[in-house]
Amino acid sequence: MNTRQQSKIIYSWYGKPMSSDRKLRTLQYKGIIIKSEKSRTETCIQLGEFILVEGENADQPFVAQLLDLYEDGAQEKHAVVQWFCHATEIPRNKQKLLKREISPQEVFFDQVSGYDTDIAVETIIKSVTVIPLRLGEELPVTLNKQQTFYVKQSWDGKCFKALSPDTFSKLKEATKKGGGIPNSSNSLTPLDIVSPLKKETEGVVQSVTKQKNVDLEIESKHSASKSSLAKERHSQRMANGIKTPTARKKLQLNSPTRSLKGRLLGSDVLELFDYDCGAVAPLEPSPTKRKVKFSGILGSPPKMPCTKPKATSFDTAEHRQRLSDTIRLSPYSKVDDSSEKAKNLSRKDNTVFSVRLRERQRQSLVLAPHSRRLCAQKTSARIAEQVSILNALELDQEEDFLALSDSSYSLSSNEVENDVVCTPEKKAKSSRTFSTPKSSRKSSVHTPSKTPKKTPSPGKPKTPQNATPEIPRRNHAAQKPASILEEARLRLHVSAVPESLPCREEEFQDIYNFVESKLIDGTGGCMYISGVPGTGKTATVHEVIRSLQQAAENDDLPSFQFIEINGMKLTDPHQAYVQILELDLLWTRKQNVMYNLFDWPTQKHSKLIILAIANTMDLPERIMMNRVASRLGLTRMSFQPYTYKQLQQIISSRLNSVKAFEEDAIQLVSRKVAALSGDARRCLDICRRATEICEFASRKRTSEIVKMAHVTEAIDEMFSSPYVNAIRNASLHEQIFLKAVLAEFRRAGVEEATVQQIYLQHVALCRIEGMQSPTVSEIMAICSRLGACRLLLVESSDKYLHMRVRLNISQDDVTYALKDE
Amino acid sequence: MKTSAMSKRKSKESGGANGECISQTFRNKVSELNLQRNCKLETFSCLKVQKLLRERFCHHYATGKLFGMDHQYRHLLELLKRTIVHGESNSALIIGPRGSGKTALLKHVLKEVKEMKQVRENFLEVHLNGLLQTNDKTALKEITRQLHLENVVGDKVFGSFAENLAFLLEALRKGDRTSSCPVLFILDEFDLFVHHKNQTLLYNLFDISQSAQTPVTVIGLTCRQDILELLEKRVKSRFSHRQIYLLNSFDFKQYIRIFKEKLSLPAKYPDEAFAQKWNNNIQHLSEDKTVQDTLQKLFHYSKDLRSLHLLLMLALSNVTVHHPLITASDLHEASKQYRMDSRANIVHGLSVLEICLIIAMKHLNDVYEGEPFNFQMVYNEFQKFVQRKAHCMYNFEKPVVMKAFEHLLQLELVKPIERPSVRTQREYLLMKLLLDNNQIMDALQVYPNCPTDIKQWAASSLSWL
Repeated sequence: MNTRQQSKIIYSWYGKPMSSDRKLRTLQYKGIIIKSEKSRTETCIQLGEFILVEGENADQPFVAQLLDLYEDGAQEKHAVVQWFCHATEIPRNKQKLLKREISPQEVFFDQVSGYDTDIAVETIIKSVTVIPLRLGEELPVTLNKQQTFYVKQSWDGKCFKALSPDTFSKLKEATKKGGGIPNSSNSLTPLDIVSPLKKETEGVVQSVTKQKNVDLEIESKHSASKSSLAKERHSQRMANGIKTPTARKKLQLNSPTRSLKGRLLGSDVLELFDYDCGAVAPLEPSPTKRKVKFSGILGSPPKMPCTKPKATSFDTAEHRQRLSDTIRLSPYSKVDDSSEKAKNLSRKDNTVFSVRLRERQRQSLVLAPHSRRLCAQKTSARIAEQVSILNALELDQEEDFLALSDSSYSLSSNEVENDVVCTPEKKAKSSRTFSTPKSSRKSSVHTPSKTPKKTPSPGKPKTPQNATPEIPRRNHAAQKPASILEEARLRLHVSAVPESLPCREEEFQDIYNFVESKLIDGTGGCMYISGVPGTGKTATVHEVIRSLQQAAENDDLPSFQFIEINGMKLTDPHQAYVQILELDLLWTRKQNVMYNLFDWPTQKHSKLIILAIANTMDLPERIMMNRVASRLGLTRMSFQPYTYKQLQQIISSRLNSVKAFEEDAIQLVSRKVAALSGDARRCLDICRRATEICEFASRKRTSEIVKMAHVTEAIDEMFSSPYVNAIRNASLHEQIFLKAVLAEFRRAGVEEATVQQIYLQHVALCRIEGMQSPTVSEIMAICSRLGACRLLLVESSDKYLHMRVRLNISQDDVTYALKDE
Repeated sequence: MKTSAMSKRKSKESGGANGECISQTFRNKVSELNLQRNCKLETFSCLKVQKLLRERFCHHYATGKLFGMDHQYRHLLELLKRTIVHGESNSALIIGPRGSGKTALLKHVLKEVKEMKQVRENFLEVHLNGLLQTNDKTALKEITRQLHLENVVGDKVFGSFAENLAFLLEALRKGDRTSSCPVLFILDEFDLFVHHKNQTLLYNLFDISQSAQTPVTVIGLTCRQDILELLEKRVKSRFSHRQIYLLNSFDFKQYIRIFKEKLSLPAKYPDEAFAQKWNNNIQHLSEDKTVQDTLQKLFHYSKDLRSLHLLLMLALSNVTVHHPLITASDLHEASKQYRMDSRANIVHGLSVLEICLIIAMKHLNDVYEGEPFNFQMVYNEFQKFVQRKAHCMYNFEKPVVMKAFEHLLQLELVKPIERPSVRTQREYLLMKLLLDNNQIMDALQVYPNCPTDIKQWAASSLSWL
């Protein structure tokens, strides 16, 4: 590594080794000199100074204090640091604990014990100033914003604390010491002067992360630490990136445009790049904008680097990283490196990657590998071979970059992305990487999140712009319900979320107990829930999840993620992989999807709990193949249609105290619906319609309560057969035609006739009535009109007179409708 | 302008004439001119009236009044108002036979809604038509385009079906009752959406209307009475079951009133005198016995107002300068024209030979009770007739008869019951006659210069006895 870099940037020790450790074969030093050949400058960083360390995003380098420097047996240079974290590294919900605005310049003394404090010296960018402040103090105004940070509080992953006097004084001292060194590092940044080929390697390799578990066994797969996974990912990514160049075509880099407050650091780095690549600076749309705009599709095949030598100057570290990161993203899966360092503290062997299987999350997330220097180096040899190809690819990207320079793309940090990732409903608990046998996507390992997040995830399709799915706001405020009836109607709307779910207490308890026990045991399982539409299956499951989340928040239960998949909201079953709604639609020939899904919980270490919802009770037996059905397990639950008493209770509980209905009226609705379907939705709809009818009637008189008459009218409106009315309102000849059909059926004894036969009957009937008989053209028109209403079923009309006709309703209905006149 | 120019020229001419006659001639000319001017005016109003009424009959909706659907109108209006003003989600179907005014009703309601103050610019409309959006994929793209969501560039919508669906659902999910702009989905030819795979679009639209998301109202227009049976059970459960039926439920008295309404000129018509005259005439017409008879026939035949429009259009085209007002006979003629049988009309234009062939086929149908026949059978039947009546009928060569037969085939008066293949000879291809006996006899009645023998033969195959 050292020799490789010697051409451009040289990291060398300052002074003689201070001490050595025989056992570990390390040599300690008191400072390091970073020498850049191109700019012929040299910086010396000594122990105790504050430094910027290259992170997964070059616009967001980590801040740290240099504590120790040593060289190990393999001649690798290492540094031990004390981390500081940016506000953006702290989860959003935790940020609220501060109850104050966080300045982008403010950092927190990181007391999260999980991060690896051992880094490679090559990741050090430059030195900065960190000034400790008392809690109440205002941030002093400084000109050198990029170079100065302030620390007020410490962060231990759970809460913020004021700096202890001891730490404070130590920091103060260090600041004074560091202050003496001139900040000449602008001209000294090591990265930018590297040749394209070199830089490529570096960009991939040199991302350092704060790692947990300072553990020499870190590479073993059992300890699923960030670094080992990151390395795995890393190498996979590289491999994928090279092996499947076509996959890249689909990729697009998009990320939400956000206000870039708190990104000053990022801009710092970017500016440096620009500075050093002064020759090509004009290509950068606006270096000071603090946004790097980049969105493009890798459409064209790689070009040779020589075609556009200038463009290489763009390969900033994260640019490269992005390229390599996104290479392996498939359109529908979202691979996120969740760097929820703070959150993950509580668990030792937690996992890093969460794959979002939901179809709507199509945004290609940037995967930022937290690769450990040590591990990364091992892959460097392989990477080096592939660098040239990547370089070529980069050029393509850059072309797009230039073309689309006005669509904005912000370099987002992981922390921002994490907000995006969390969905209101997540459920799945596991602590191992699974890969589903059939899917080429990376299967998910879900990060057990400490808190179920409430922010909905905006699904970001790959669109040319950073589109946000949004319906415009309304211009006028929605009116508040003015009368009792309006209030009642609001409460009766199916969408209104009731405070509790009456009449489903038992089912609620069953599902709750099932999931709870699985959660506590840490095992996986399946439950199959069936019932006719409108019996509260989905509502109950949601209610269960809500209370489970509540329990998890109160630490009564282990935390979990909830993922909802609705078969009807997917266009292709393969997009679905945890909780399944409308299960019968996920039926594919080989049933791979369902097999994988249901197979998951049976795996030894999985903690996946599946609640499957469908209408058909015997779906497992009917259409699922044996291997799928057997994995579904025996936990079944079926929701019975509501009885009239339950429906009555549902309405009453929804109405609560609003007195808008007569008791008898509610009972009538309930009985009627219970007799027909037991569908609660229908019941509520009828009530809602009844209030409308009542409201309409009461305009003339003032009776403000829904009575039997209104309800009866609403029921009639919804349930009366349309056919009889349609026949009664048909024209005379249409009616005669229907009579002729009946007559012909009776004559022939077959329930099918040709138009010619019916025409003859029609003419005969007209003669009896003493009317002029219609022409054949008219008969054909009548026939097709009745066919369009589906009172008749008719063949295609090119057969003319020989077209066959059938009735779509029973003969009795027709006779009844015609007789009454 | 023209009139004045002409009068100038004419006055010059008259100026050059003999002095004695001047005053006399001048007076004559002036009266002539007045007449001409009146005539021009008449022509002008005539054309204007024709234009006005034609427009009324051709553009069916959003013009004129609605008839017999007050109840439905109020229902729909209230429904839309609640969505727009209160943000209440709903779904409804407007069901009625073709020409019953479903679209007209909706357009009228929308027009009124848009005129309301608190509504203006406060809701989004999405119009879909089952004939245009033939699958969910195109429908989704169209919705996205009409909503101007952010994944629309120019007029193009990018992304796959799955992406578009997710994007749209996400957009609608993010809204809520009180803050989002209500969206009105209008699905014309609703029954065609039912045949889309899994009814994904309908499920999602109805699901949104039943959950606390962006307020939407889904309105479907269809002529199928069995529409609810076509919905899948879970889709059906999510539909709110509001059905607005339009059934042309007016009686004949109202029909006459509609007739008057349709033909009357508006009160603020510029040429008041003419309008008065015209409207009086219409009033007289509506009381006329023959007119009522004509209308009654049409009413019995179809209550569809479009057929009335067609009839009136035919009558209206008879209006000229010399015949400025519609008369009862105009309507009668129009009705005759309207009710004419299309196939019988074709028969009128056939040659005698072709008529003979058709009669031969008719006899074959009678004998074999509608069993299919082939050319050879028809030819034999025709030969029998010719041999009997050799004195009046020229005996055509077989290829000539074949040619005539093929002409009938082209006119689709005969139809092969199987496809012509290379193997079967043309003479033996099985056919069916697409005419009824009544049609043939009616056509023969009016066929010009039909030989008596042929008429007799048509009446009975045994007429020679």
